[in-house]
Amino acid sequence: MAAAVSHSHEHADPVAHAWHRVRINRLGLWLFLISDGALFAIFAASRFYIAGTAIDPHLNQLLGLAITSLLLLSSFSAYRAETAFAHGNTAHGRTMLLATILMGLLFVGGVAYEWSIAEFAASEVYGTAFFSMTGMHAFHVVTGLLFLAVIWARSGGGRYSQGPAVWPVTAVVIYWHFVDVVWVFFYPTLYLLK
Amino acid sequence: MAILVGLVLAVVGFVAGTGILGGIRTSMGLEYWSTDMSWSVGYPVALIGWLIGVGGWKYWAVEWFGGKAATPPKGVKRYFEWNMDHKVIGIQYGVTFVVLFLLSGLTAMLIRFELMNSGMQLFTEDQYNSAMSFHGIGMVAVAVAIMLGAFGNYIVPLQIGARDMAFPRVNALSYWLVPPVAIMLIIALLIGGWDTGWTAYPPLSVLTKSGQVLFNLAVITFGLVSILGGINFIATIIYERAPGMTWGRLPIFVWGAFAGSLIAFFFTQGFAAGLLMILLDRVVGTSFFHAAEGGSPILYEHVFWFYSHPAVYVMVLPAFGAVLEVLAHMSRKPLYAYRWVVGALLGIVAISGVVWAHHMFTSGMEDYLHAPFLVLTEMISIPTGIIFLSAIGTIWAGRLWMRTPMLFALAFIFNFTVGGLTGIYLADVPTDIHLHDTYFVVAHFHYTIMGGEIFALFAALYYWFPKMTGRQFNETLGKIHFWIMFIGFQLVFIPMFQVGVKGMNRRVADYPEAYEDFNRFISWSGFLLGISFIFFAANMVLSWVRGERAVANPWGASTLEWQVSSPPPEHNFEGQPVIQGGAYEYGVPNAPAHARMGTAAATENV
Repeated sequence: MAAAVSHSHEHADPVAHAWHRVRINRLGLWLFLISDGALFAIFAASRFYIAGTAIDPHLNQLLGLAITSLLLLSSFSAYRAETAFAHGNTAHGRTMLLATILMGLLFVGGVAYEWSIAEFAASEVYGTAFFSMTGMHAFHVVTGLLFLAVIWARSGGGRYSQGPAVWPVTAVVIYWHFVDVVWVFFYPTLYLLK
Repeated sequence: MAILVGLVLAVVGFVAGTGILGGIRTSMGLEYWSTDMSWSVGYPVALIGWLIGVGGWKYWAVEWFGGKAATPPKGVKRYFEWNMDHKVIGIQYGVTFVVLFLLSGLTAMLIRFELMNSGMQLFTEDQYNSAMSFHGIGMVAVAVAIMLGAFGNYIVPLQIGARDMAFPRVNALSYWLVPPVAIMLIIALLIGGWDTGWTAYPPLSVLTKSGQVLFNLAVITFGLVSILGGINFIATIIYERAPGMTWGRLPIFVWGAFAGSLIAFFFTQGFAAGLLMILLDRVVGTSFFHAAEGGSPILYEHVFWFYSHPAVYVMVLPAFGAVLEVLAHMSRKPLYAYRWVVGALLGIVAISGVVWAHHMFTSGMEDYLHAPFLVLTEMISIPTGIIFLSAIGTIWAGRLWMRTPMLFALAFIFNFTVGGLTGIYLADVPTDIHLHDTYFVVAHFHYTIMGGEIFALFAALYYWFPKMTGRQFNETLGKIHFWIMFIGFQLVFIPMFQVGVKGMNRRVADYPEAYEDFNRFISWSGFLLGISFIFFAANMVLSWVRGERAVANPWGASTLEWQVSSPPPEHNFEGQPVIQGGAYEYGVPNAPAHARMGTAAATENV
């Protein structure tokens, strides 16, 4: 009779219970991302409201393209890390986590460099949009990097190998993809409009 | 004790945060202290110190560094530190917000004292603004969070047959973010207050004194409370239901909490984003709202109302649930049109996100937005009407048991009807142009939120008091509270409609003498309304300490929370409850009992 309804109580089977927890955690994470996504969407919409589709001509397009490519690539290595852990291949998973962290760091460095050479001020409307949107996004990248670093530091000894035990890696990787997807919207919004 | 440690660590965090900032500023040749910037940087660090101190480290974060989390104590002590039991958190929320409710109510009394006569009596204009603003945000915080925080936390897991919420640690975290909100608002008053009410409209909020920054930081924190709570309820209701608890058998309060949570977790970002933009404008020098640079204050109104209109449904949807719950049990009848009510609750969630600009008809926004927002706003009365019909259908020809919770539930129907009908004049552009920013709006809003949600809150509070405290409240004091509050409430707010139609502006410390008679009457009625809460507070304190022991099911109600002892045992249920029928099958021939309490052994088979 309980087929249609999941329930909370301690399952006789600890593995079934662990999977039940993973399902709950996955929903919680997605709800958080939807909520967080609303914040990003509001900032993106505000950009059009105050600055229209104007783009500052001093923007370094090459740098923008480079950091965008890096971030997209890092999503791929994050995915490889998750798959490796799921197959019990901890060593490869750790390498891929490191690669992701490295690319993430380069991305943040790129944004910081872009900020330092920007020829527009935060008090102009385009600057308001640019600095607040990239700033908020970079803040999420940095938190993602922290999560990745924690996962990397704790991943020795096969802690995250296979089954429900992989969930912490999966959670961080989903978060990383989310940050990436946000940038997929932010990049054209800030760099490519005419 | 934990609270003291939390406060000390918060101060340490604040000094450290502002110190590092001050160091950087000094090295750049700026002054050490900048009130706006120092608070913006010091506060988050202080917040972390506070959370560590009250138990977030001992009971949770220590695990991240390979340590072992401590076991929480038993008894009264656990209410004063980090605890992950949903029943403890429910009581923590309840007590905290009742205290905040009484405090904000007290400022309302001061406001009425000031407005008794034309001219200034008690306050300067600045102080009046601060009192009005504190009353506003204090009450909004209470209204948003008390139904879900106190009763959602305590009752929802019990009603669905769960042992706890889906995320107990997040639940504790979200409660312990509440005291900093209250503390920050009080500090804001002490450093000079702020002028912008609870709505914080720019350009004033960008230009005014620094109390505004503390307000923004506090309310952003409060948004986090609301978001984390919303996510927790959604996950709990989806995944933690007992076997047999299908969506069609959920008690209606659970549906109300679910609908309210859907709004809270998604829309709250609007308020947070708007306040963040104000902070950026003030601290970093961006131009979101600087018209001279091309920014637009109207942007804030869009972003703000995108949350703040749905927010009233965060307030009232759980309240609808609680009222229908009380009406069905106290009329001994099945809840009328259950499925339609569920549809209506979800319909309100859907429409609530596309009505916000009806607050902005006089803001100067684009003309073409007026008609669609008028129509969409009026559409929301369709699902709301369904809920009213359900309430009336439920009590129709029932044998009403006129105990205190029932009186409040019936008053809710009356008050919310007045609030709903007067809302039509504010949704219609032609009448709104005249009524905007007058006391008509104040009266309408208080009829919906105070007359609606707060009356529902008291219905819920008296209804679940025996379950939550294990004591029965004093019925006579409860009824005295009800009648004074009900009569006082009508006498305060009905004249406000009239004085509003006559053109008296809201949010002003002084007014022309022509409005004096009205205002004196409103003020005296307000004091009567205030007196009712003395009976309430006395009843709560006396009953909780010395009240008669409550039986498990004083109302003879069918839902699960009443099938366990009052208060419930530590893990809610000894065995596994199994749901076998609807929640309100009073007098239905051959209907199965709502729940069967399984034994511990039966758990294996389900």
